[in-house]
Amino acid sequence: MTAETRMPVLEIENLCISYYTRAGEIPAVVDYNLTIYEGESVGIVGESGCGKSTVAMAIMRYMGSNGGIVGGSIKFKGRDITHMSDEELRQMRGSEIAMIYQEPMAALNPSLTIGAQLMEVPIIHEGVSEKEAYERSRDMLSDVKLPDADRVMAAYPHQISGGQQQRVVIAMALLSKPALLLLDEPTTALDVTVEAGIIELIAEIASRFGTAQIFISHNLGLVRETCDRICVMYSGEAVETGTIDDVFNRMRHPYTRGLFGAIPLPSANKNDRPLVAIPGQLPLPHERPDGCNFGPRCEYFDAGRCGSGTIAMRAVPDSPNPHETRCARFEQIDWDKRPNLGKVNEPIELGDTVLKIDNMRKYYELHDHSIKAMLSGKGTRYVKANETLSFEARKAEIVAIVGESGCGKSTFAKVLMGLETATEGKIIFNNHEIQDTEVQLRPREQVSSLQMVFQNPNDTLNPSMTVGSQISRVIRKFGVESDPDKVHDRVMRLLDLVKLPRDFYYRRPRQLSGGQKQRVGVARAFAGHPSMVIADEPLSALDVSVQAAVTELLMDIQRDYGTTLLFISHDLSVVRYLADRVVVMYLGQIMEQGTTEEIFAPPYHPYTEALLSAVPIADTTVGKRKIVLEGNLPSVVNPPIGCPFHTRCPRKIGKICEDERPPVLSDGDGHKIACHIALDELRKIEPVFFTVKPPPPSDGEGATTAVGAE
Amino acid sequence: MTATDSFAEPLPEREAALVRFLKSFALIRESGVGMVGVGIVVGWVLIAIFASLLAPFDPNATILPYQRPGAVDPATGMTFWFGTDQIGRDILSRIIWGGQRVLIYGPIATICAYAVGILMGLAAGYFRGWWDSILSRVADIILSFPIFVLYVIVISTFGASGLNIVLAIVFASAPGIMRIVRGLTLDLRNRDYVAAAQTRGESPLRIMFVEILPNARGPLIVDACLRLGYVTITIGTLGFLGLGLPPPDPDWGGMVNEGRAMALAFPHMTVIPCLAISSLVLGLNLMADGLREISIRD
Amino acid sequence: MLIFFAKRLGYLVFTMVVVSILVFLVLELDPGSVAQKVLGPYSNAEQRQIWMEANGYNDPNVIRYFRWLGNFVIGDFGMSSRFKVPVIDILGPRLASTGILGLGVLAVMVPLALLLGVLAGMKEGSVQDRVISVFSIATTSIPEFASGVFLVAIFVLGLGWLPGVSNMSSGFDITQMILPVGALVMYGFGYIQRMTRASMAEVMQTHYIRTAVLKGVPSGQVIMKHALRNALIAPFTVIMLQINWLLSGVIVIEYLFAYKGFGSLLLEAALNKDIFVIEACTMVAVFVAVTTQTLADVGYMYLNPRIRFS
Repeated sequence: MTAETRMPVLEIENLCISYYTRAGEIPAVVDYNLTIYEGESVGIVGESGCGKSTVAMAIMRYMGSNGGIVGGSIKFKGRDITHMSDEELRQMRGSEIAMIYQEPMAALNPSLTIGAQLMEVPIIHEGVSEKEAYERSRDMLSDVKLPDADRVMAAYPHQISGGQQQRVVIAMALLSKPALLLLDEPTTALDVTVEAGIIELIAEIASRFGTAQIFISHNLGLVRETCDRICVMYSGEAVETGTIDDVFNRMRHPYTRGLFGAIPLPSANKNDRPLVAIPGQLPLPHERPDGCNFGPRCEYFDAGRCGSGTIAMRAVPDSPNPHETRCARFEQIDWDKRPNLGKVNEPIELGDTVLKIDNMRKYYELHDHSIKAMLSGKGTRYVKANETLSFEARKAEIVAIVGESGCGKSTFAKVLMGLETATEGKIIFNNHEIQDTEVQLRPREQVSSLQMVFQNPNDTLNPSMTVGSQISRVIRKFGVESDPDKVHDRVMRLLDLVKLPRDFYYRRPRQLSGGQKQRVGVARAFAGHPSMVIADEPLSALDVSVQAAVTELLMDIQRDYGTTLLFISHDLSVVRYLADRVVVMYLGQIMEQGTTEEIFAPPYHPYTEALLSAVPIADTTVGKRKIVLEGNLPSVVNPPIGCPFHTRCPRKIGKICEDERPPVLSDGDGHKIACHIALDELRKIEPVFFTVKPPPPSDGEGATTAVGAE
Repeated sequence: MTATDSFAEPLPEREAALVRFLKSFALIRESGVGMVGVGIVVGWVLIAIFASLLAPFDPNATILPYQRPGAVDPATGMTFWFGTDQIGRDILSRIIWGGQRVLIYGPIATICAYAVGILMGLAAGYFRGWWDSILSRVADIILSFPIFVLYVIVISTFGASGLNIVLAIVFASAPGIMRIVRGLTLDLRNRDYVAAAQTRGESPLRIMFVEILPNARGPLIVDACLRLGYVTITIGTLGFLGLGLPPPDPDWGGMVNEGRAMALAFPHMTVIPCLAISSLVLGLNLMADGLREISIRD
Repeated sequence: MLIFFAKRLGYLVFTMVVVSILVFLVLELDPGSVAQKVLGPYSNAEQRQIWMEANGYNDPNVIRYFRWLGNFVIGDFGMSSRFKVPVIDILGPRLASTGILGLGVLAVMVPLALLLGVLAGMKEGSVQDRVISVFSIATTSIPEFASGVFLVAIFVLGLGWLPGVSNMSSGFDITQMILPVGALVMYGFGYIQRMTRASMAEVMQTHYIRTAVLKGVPSGQVIMKHALRNALIAPFTVIMLQINWLLSGVIVIEYLFAYKGFGSLLLEAALNKDIFVIEACTMVAVFVAVTTQTLADVGYMYLNPRIRFS
């Protein structure tokens, strides 16, 4: 199947989109071209603010009151969308082009039943009877693998889980058999294992329904798993387009290469192959430089070639499939030489045990005030947020706690920090038992030696205080210094430490970018010389290139100070990259723990295995076995009896899993697996990841077939 | 948001909290409707401040009764621009001095109500648990009284004095403010910077007043403008019902009440004070709307 | 659902009990002053003592409270010192008049406010929105008594179309209702309008409205089927709470227009220290307010499927 014989579904030519604000006209997307053929999937990838969602909304011509298409054309099956009447547009939306959204809960109307929302589509577009609409909708729900379709039809959106909601949204989009499907970050709001199921479904759509797809994502790994071609966007422009194989393996734009250097691919390693962040930051739309937008951040920048005029998209010669780049100097760059490797570090010596968690439990009481519950004496139930946790962390060690929502990792952090007290068990930190002492009652040295970096950069700093006053408060509070001049001096040195300019002292948080705020958060955590820092998903709200910079910063300081880092995350790629040891949690319990190498190789706990398989990997030389979990994440309020994972476990061996807590199997030193399956059986399981031969340059679809190999 | 254009501006040195507070008002320039409101309010404030210079007559002096607007006092040759009332006092002078009275009692009552409401709301929202249960229940009960029924009983029982009116207004408004502050606190207490303060062992008092309250100021400023307008209405209405500030000092609501009997023959006695109070409240409400519009935009 | 209902009912009773204690403390705690208010300022100490003896006012406070509360529950509110008849006989007809006034206000105000609110909120920031919003801010800025005065000045003095007094001296007259209703609507509709506007504007910004538009739902249906259902949940509560405001508003407007209703009764009683009438009016007013609040809560729960099914 070559491009020439297929019909184009959508042709975008020289598209320009602007927003009108108080500051004037701001170009959001400039000179954008894209053609999509029948049954083809194209990924649009870029960091926040690059214009990828704007393109999708322009295809729907849904721009809001302050945005508009100022140039170019969008032809859908030959008809120009930019010149359609409102009525034509309405008839096209939802029937010929359909969309799937980032947050399924928000995309569904909370006060209409799911049935009513689905049935609307065929009723409006095809004028079918209610009865037929009902049947079609129900059948479509079965097609997207929702069990018990009739019950879902009658339910309201809040009564089903997030993954199910997204399946409903997908069903709604497919009901009218659209020719083109727009997917705007469809899995960003979902848990990893739930995401895997949705991605599998999306990958099937093209073959089952022959629908062309535009898949918008910030995640290169997801695009690799779902798309045939990719378009990389930067600052309102497409900078590189081509097949997955071409762009992933023979990229011809420095930004694309920068992105790949900044994400923790399996080949990266914190000691000898560290991540390389892209220097600088994304220019604001009204502050874009002349010439190449990426110029100021590009190591190959040449003012004569790149610094002025318009840089056009040009075809890369000698490529069998169309491959274009917006780099003026791509012929001069040696693409085989790996660019400036980050600094190579010696592995750190681990010290004594700093933290010891021994059978720690945290239960919350839940009061049920219904009369029935009171009569039966079950008025109070317990939410077992943490169930018998035991693990250790040593000096200068990075321990990752991994799990999906509701696994209890945040509760654990609260107990450790003294915002809650433990129900049972011990937490020994620097030889003190701290499980029962609230933070206000802890001695100052203890408080200052146990600090935290938070998840959301927009939330981590008090918006009404300057950066300087927030850091100096910590210094004074922890008694590091009290003399105003010395405090000021210390703040300055901390700003240096996190690589922020000293004049940030007087700035307020709203004047900082997300990554800069997160750096201030790091400076604040390290202000009192902590011996241990808990980082709760510190990267998940940041863009890819910023993530790399914050990761490296965190690790540099951790290395220099010899701090123990407890890294809470759901992202196994990052965890593999930086952690020394990993603790895998599920519904409040530890499923598996061990060194990073042990966790990422058999024997696995079946949950770890599924979690690993769910990680999208942006490396075409790595293949993986697909394991998609059935069912929903159970609620913490009502967890399954026996092994908490038995309701979704593909390796469940029988009734014993439902009735008995699994034994903790020990495989060597610190590697522990809580499972009923014998260790020997688990050892026989094949690795999730395997190496695939890099496909020969001529075969453009090699990368995607490698994934399909199960 | 990412870094904004303020990068280009010279960085401000440490500024006083008060300056910052006033700066949040300064943004109202960008709302046309809001500026009209500011104009009206500033106008009334100036009139109140310079009442002694602006008022042509002694507001309580009985000169000539039943003069229509524009009539001339034969004794002094001065004009009664707004006429006189049934016992011969100059209405313009009474409007000016009445404005001063409203602009003293209104803000005092509002500020006191805010002090009480903020304390209650912070405590209920931050500590939750039984603090919240008790304070919320108390607020619910006070709010379940139709407000003027409450005023009528309280003031008719304890007598109409400036102090009693202020106390009654504080009693009746604090629960509403408490609910707003409580709602904001419940939201803000979950922010990471509050958690950061907790994990470094800050006292609840400091967390409430340094980490939470300053970040709730936007909605509270808007509400304060609206509430000041409402308090103005309340003071006027109490005056109209004969429960207001004691005579003979001028009071807008009281003037309407006194002029009511003559309303058919001399409408200026009632219409003019009504215009005065309506314009002041309108100014405050427009100002609040402008501030709200701006706070949403950013 | 049933449990929720029972809870709200229990809460209603609890509030009424607390309110009754407050009313008792404020008005009845000192028996001497009660006697003075009943017998008038010119009564002498001996007369008061006899009255207190006869009416059990020398008993301990707790006993007096429960007796007082018991009488209230069975509808015995005592004698009006001014009208010299049982309070219940005056209160009944007065409540009926106020009920008519209140219904009239709601019948005009609610549809008007909802319509203008939806029109303004549909397109936030449009000319239509700005005009409606400034209009509603302006009318809300005029206190009830002032809007009454303005309406009288225009329609009675200026145009001569309507009567300026609504005492119904020669039987019920619908023309006498127009100005009181008009004045209350003018002040009251703005609040509901702004709530509706805010709620509508918020709903129009939601992603599910975007979903509906991008599904190809015609714009009329987007508003009627997808938006209104969600946008009217919040105003519903506000409308119920406006009944609480109305109980205040009628005091002013009935006084201004000499309308013989519940509000003017309470005010006259307060000015004349007619203590049993004050007590009865207060308890009735709070009862109405708390009952509508309860209905608002129940209704809110019923309207909102997220709460209904959890």
